[in-house]
Amino acid sequence: MKNLAVLFSGGKDSSYACWLAKKNGYQIKCLISVISKNKESYMFHTPSIEQVRKQAEVMNIPLLVIETKGEKEKELVDLEKAIKIAVKRYEIGGIVTGAVGSVYQSSRIQKICNKLKIECFNPLWQKNQLDILKELIKNKFEVVIVGVFAYPLDKKWLGRKIDNNFIKDINELNRKYKINLAGEGGEYESFVINCYLFSRELKIINHKDYGNKNSWRRELELK
Amino acid sequence: MKNILIINICKEKLHYYEFVKPIEDILDSINEKYFTKNYKEINKKDLEKASHVIICGTSLFDNKFINDISDFSWIINYEKPILGICGGMQIIGLIYGGKLKRKTEIGFYFENFNKEFFGIVGENQVYHLHNNYIDFYRLKDFEIFSKSKISQAVKHRKKNIYGVLFHPEVRQKEIIIFF
Repeated sequence: MKNLAVLFSGGKDSSYACWLAKKNGYQIKCLISVISKNKESYMFHTPSIEQVRKQAEVMNIPLLVIETKGEKEKELVDLEKAIKIAVKRYEIGGIVTGAVGSVYQSSRIQKICNKLKIECFNPLWQKNQLDILKELIKNKFEVVIVGVFAYPLDKKWLGRKIDNNFIKDINELNRKYKINLAGEGGEYESFVINCYLFSRELKIINHKDYGNKNSWRRELELK
Repeated sequence: MKNILIINICKEKLHYYEFVKPIEDILDSINEKYFTKNYKEINKKDLEKASHVIICGTSLFDNKFINDISDFSWIINYEKPILGICGGMQIIGLIYGGKLKRKTEIGFYFENFNKEFFGIVGENQVYHLHNNYIDFYRLKDFEIFSKSKISQAVKHRKKNIYGVLFHPEVRQKEIIIFF
């Protein structure tokens, strides 16, 4: 089986994809996180992204962090550089992503992997968004909301855990306002504080919220 | 009542979730009966038991099935409907004497369907993920349903054997549903 790297944002999808890879017997040699200075990044999740360092620590997996200015398409060049480093340093034969339905994201990563002649795995591809949320709960992923970027989501949603009440409420917003259940359109962003991949739970000791109206992000401080 | 045999051609275990599971999910959504097997595990009983066969695709580099093409020799004498998706379409073409050609297409492309193919007609945005294709224009047994140089959708002239180069599980789920 190939050694893999996970394109890791710290959110629910990349964490769940990582877990599926591990569950299927693959060895995760490193996590790759792209920290974008552009908070509106097209490709990379941003709130609390610095805290992926804490997640990598409790996962006991090396973390490769690449900083990018986050300019459209140029951030892909930075991502390619990061993957090249992972291929060389960790001898990976493939990348795992948490792409669900975004052809914009997944096709760009597929093209990079094709160019580098490595596999690209998207284990959540085309998965029903509601099923992902339900499976996260079933598999004991503790996930909190760290960003909201669409009406009518507001500051009150920051810090909410993904649980059955969250599913009920987001389902309601999906029906009324077409909010993507998985937040894949960037409607909301999540952060995993505990799951089977972690040696211990990450404790939120503080947080700072930034934003207004229907655009908020939460920067977590973890222990 | 259908009983669809879904054939997994992925060598990499993790690709099941990307190339096979979405097909299973579509069939689940319409309460269609199916069973899934890797091409290495298919036996005569499976082929007899199935009412239809869907041969799924796989990733850009997971191409072991090409070297194992003899494992699909049963297709030639099979009389039940078969739908090959991407790699599955390449398998059908190879079995009927086609040659593999190189062309990388990744992402959304507009393709024009000049004849109706399971409800798809006219210009459609389809999702491509392939490095290879078969030139079906050279295979006289097949009718072509698209206008582009590379055949996007084909059907055997006498049998219910179909192939699509794109991935219908992304934007053309009706192909799976109506098959």
